[in-house]
Amino acid sequence: MGIRFVLMVNKQGQTRLAQYYEYLNLEERRALEGEIVRKCLARNEQQCSFVEHRNYKVVYRRYASLFFLVGVDNEENELAILEFIHLLVETMDRHFGNVCELDIMFHLEKAHFMLEEMVMNGCIVETSKSNILAPIQLMDKA
Amino acid sequence: MEIKDSALVWHHHDADPDFGSCQSKELLSHLENVLANEPAGVTKGLVAEKVLSMMVNNGKAPDFVMCIGDDRSDEDMFESILSTVSSSSLSALPEIFACTVGQKPSKAKYYLDDTADVVRLLRGLANASNPKPRQTAHFQLDLVELSRSFKTDPIMNPFSSGTRLRDMIRAIRACKTAAEERAVVRKECASIRAAISENDQDYRHRNLAKLMFIHMLGYPTHFGQMECLKLIASPGFPEKRIGYLGLMLLLDERQEVLMLVTNSIKQDLNHTNQYIVGLALCALGNICSAEMARDLAPEVERLLQFRDPNIRKKAALCTIRIIKKVPDLAENFINPAAALLKEKHHGVLLTGVQLCTDMSKVSNEALEYFKKKSIDGLVKVLKDLANSSYTPEYDVSGITDPFLHIRLLKLLRVLGQGDADASDTMNDILAQVATKTESNKNAGNAILYECVATIMSIEDNGGLRVLAINILGRFLSSRDNNIRYVALNMLMKAISLDSQAVQRHRVTILECVKDSDASIRKRALELVYLLVNENNVKSLTKELVDYLEVSDEEFKGDLTAKICSIVEKFSPEKIWYIDQMLKVLSEAGNYVKDDVWHALIVVITNAPNLHGYTVRSLYKAVQTSGEQETLVRVAVWCIGEYGELLVSNTGVLDVEDPMTVTEADAVDVVETAIGRHSSDLTTRAMCLIALLKLSSRFPSCSKRINDIVRHLKGSLVLELQQRAIEFNSIIEKHEKIRSALVERMPVLDEATFSGRKAGSMPAAVSTPQGAPPKIPNGVAKPTSAPLVDLLDLSSDDIPAPGSSGGDFLQDLLGVDVSPASSQGTNHTQKSGTDALLDLLSIGTPPAQSSSSTLDMLSPSQDNKSSVDVLGTLASPSLSAQSSSPVGSSSMMDLLDGFGTSPSLPETNGPTYPAIVAFESSSLKVTFNFSKEPGSPQTTLIEAQFLNKSPNIYSNFVFQAAVPKFLQLHLEPASSNTLPASSNGSITQKLRVSNSQHGKKSLVMRVRINYKVNDKDVLEEGQISNFPRGL
Repeated sequence: MGIRFVLMVNKQGQTRLAQYYEYLNLEERRALEGEIVRKCLARNEQQCSFVEHRNYKVVYRRYASLFFLVGVDNEENELAILEFIHLLVETMDRHFGNVCELDIMFHLEKAHFMLEEMVMNGCIVETSKSNILAPIQLMDKA
Repeated sequence: MEIKDSALVWHHHDADPDFGSCQSKELLSHLENVLANEPAGVTKGLVAEKVLSMMVNNGKAPDFVMCIGDDRSDEDMFESILSTVSSSSLSALPEIFACTVGQKPSKAKYYLDDTADVVRLLRGLANASNPKPRQTAHFQLDLVELSRSFKTDPIMNPFSSGTRLRDMIRAIRACKTAAEERAVVRKECASIRAAISENDQDYRHRNLAKLMFIHMLGYPTHFGQMECLKLIASPGFPEKRIGYLGLMLLLDERQEVLMLVTNSIKQDLNHTNQYIVGLALCALGNICSAEMARDLAPEVERLLQFRDPNIRKKAALCTIRIIKKVPDLAENFINPAAALLKEKHHGVLLTGVQLCTDMSKVSNEALEYFKKKSIDGLVKVLKDLANSSYTPEYDVSGITDPFLHIRLLKLLRVLGQGDADASDTMNDILAQVATKTESNKNAGNAILYECVATIMSIEDNGGLRVLAINILGRFLSSRDNNIRYVALNMLMKAISLDSQAVQRHRVTILECVKDSDASIRKRALELVYLLVNENNVKSLTKELVDYLEVSDEEFKGDLTAKICSIVEKFSPEKIWYIDQMLKVLSEAGNYVKDDVWHALIVVITNAPNLHGYTVRSLYKAVQTSGEQETLVRVAVWCIGEYGELLVSNTGVLDVEDPMTVTEADAVDVVETAIGRHSSDLTTRAMCLIALLKLSSRFPSCSKRINDIVRHLKGSLVLELQQRAIEFNSIIEKHEKIRSALVERMPVLDEATFSGRKAGSMPAAVSTPQGAPPKIPNGVAKPTSAPLVDLLDLSSDDIPAPGSSGGDFLQDLLGVDVSPASSQGTNHTQKSGTDALLDLLSIGTPPAQSSSSTLDMLSPSQDNKSSVDVLGTLASPSLSAQSSSPVGSSSMMDLLDGFGTSPSLPETNGPTYPAIVAFESSSLKVTFNFSKEPGSPQTTLIEAQFLNKSPNIYSNFVFQAAVPKFLQLHLEPASSNTLPASSNGSITQKLRVSNSQHGKKSLVMRVRINYKVNDKDVLEEGQISNFPRGL
């Protein structure tokens, strides 16, 4: 199991989407999100995209006002996760058209469904954007 | 009206608009296939036409026509009415109202906003036309439909209570403070709870969507779990979809909820709709427990061969979860998993490869199977992928599906580990990937990174290794920080394989320790820590200590901890150790942990010839760095103990600058320290003791000291006040006994100290100081034996420090060594030994994967790397060195075993002591060693087996296994029956050749089978207490 959690956070550090692939209780989640977000948001553009926190390695990437953070274990290929984040953003872009914070907030279910098509139990399921979106678009066509 | 003969109507007006439309599309395509040649075409349009023409034929031509409808089939009706009416030869044209519901492109001329408006209109019409009711038949038809469709999507229903999801999100977004947000959430939660308790069906979907949002914000949502189950159990796809999503998000570890959902999932896995199957698989893959895995494994196995690849890929990942929860199930899945590797669909291939990787880790059988059957296929898939032309769907900056590349490389790594043939098969493709992959984009670098990892892990191939190390060198000098980070990460792994190659990059790595990026610094520091050996410890420590001066405040903690650990572990001589520690204390004393400065004091007391030098250095250091708390503590302690050496300049070393310190100067230091505001209780208490000691040693200052002490009698801190009062009375009233009271501290025993220190490290289990009885079954033995050797080579008895070493190791492993719990702890102990074997054989690929055993260690170790375990293992033996000169060389050997630079044993004689290789409650195995003259690599072992039980053992078979660098030959045993109660023994000769003679020591895993009272017994163990140098 490579991916432990996926977070989307805005510039103010508010969580906009959180998906965990291992069980953490509410307090642990809140604490973890707080600590990680504080660490990541404090870093500048030049610094590398990896932050080690407790026993997680957090790979993060910023898109405009939105931060995408993926927590992985030590075995995972960090560069590949970086590429995965980009794929996730491209997929959401294709669906929402230039995805922004509000798209994710107001279509939280859709964002989750997309993520569900991409990651399952911490492993990547599908990397083709059209395959990921096919079931979701099928539902959308009215 | 005419009677319908046969008609099939699919109603989907109660269905979710999204899913209904997708289902109807599917249905339409099926119907078109089936009915292509049949006459079809009964539409509402035709019916309307027929009704109109019938009315005209019957002589009752309409003068008012109104039709209302809201879906596509109604469009035909609108059209046909317009055309029929206009084309028919009616005397008076009727008025026509074609009306649709909702704003959309339509043939109808009019529209109404929603069904409520329709009802209002009809009511109005009915009232207006009440006096002469005529021709109401048309309305009635539509009315029925309308009233049925009244209850549609509740979210859109204007009469519904509660807020909409959107409004809730808006309200939360509008909150300015956390308190406002809490208030909004509380209100929403209350209304959702109310809806749940009323068992409100219509809003279940919406309420769950709200709960998901609230959950994301970090509020408790457990009360929604049962709602998820209800939604999952409902027949519709949209309900199921949100229900499963909610289940995955909101679920906590409550087993009963999981049990309840098992049945629903089972039904959905067998559902005819593949999207529903997909939902169930996804949920199962994310939350499945061991019981569910057992219950549902057959379904998942079947779905691995489902016709739609999108189901197959999800089933593959689901299988991973299942076999991780219940490893026994793995063998059922080997064949279907291997079949997935032959697929063309990228998603299936990706997940199939992942499944095989995880399966190989869980099951040896699977690993062997894939090694035998799948490697060639995998190599070909990777080759095709690497050479494939542009495929837009999977292209990432010019590379086809880097994710699949990486998964394939990962699986090859697992298969190639420790298997020369398999590694050979994949050499070519690895070389191709390593040389041909574009490295100017992140995707390419990700592949290269994975490829290097694979090359490093599979069996040695010189050429490939050079290639890999070169790639890492290139990465390390990259300007991209991400690339540098992964390079450092990979070098950590490479160091155990080829430390020379990593040492070449030492300078660059040291630069990275000083990087501005905290992540890179941390990685680099850990790497440097591994790079340190006896030869470079001085230069590396100097670099690190120099950097300590300029480093960030938040980095100083990590850095000092590492420097202290390095210095403690590798210091070639005590004076150097003391020097470095003083530098660290002066630079960053506030970051130094208590155990570090305690250790320093222990070392100082044990170096009598350096007492003068140390106290003078400390005196100098504290003049400039008085703000470093721990430095002050050590200085005050030393001045108290060795103050007279400071003043009298005894034992001056050549390197020292001459200086003169008066007794008053020495007291000044302590007085400043005790008066400083930042000094804490410990420091002040230490100061008081130092003052008491000085008052006896420096009679000239006695008066002044007494004043200081008396001043503290008014301290508000109880501890200080008490000390001050008692010390004051000693100084004033007990002049005679004072000097005897405050004699110098006896030398602190280093071995006890470090044993205790190591023992207290893992917080999980603390063994009482009384040292519980050891279990002599090859667990405590191997660890204590080197220590025994260290401390007392000639003695056969195990002295106390030896056993405390053993205890410490037990502590380290988090095992409670009480004999009563032997059955329960056996397993843990065994895994502990496994970890030991892996530690010992670092440098060669361990026979079996060490990750699982290390994982077992990590919870109590706070996830330290294995190297940290090594560090702690090595430290007690190091400090034991000074107390026992004989032990020093074998101490070095001990470190050698842990993978540092090789050195030949010096003091080992030609004969080796016999060892108890294995001992359990029923069996004892002793090894006697001898060497053939002229071949130092080969050891002859005579194993002797003793039966400690009162029963005879029959069919006695002894088996042994050794790591790769050893060769083992077993000669036939003297017998296969072992008499009871040690009344005789079996002997068996073993011949072991050590290809790494002088570098690595022997290790062996043994397994003993025998029958006692017709029952088969199996005993296993690990022998790692072989004498050094075999």
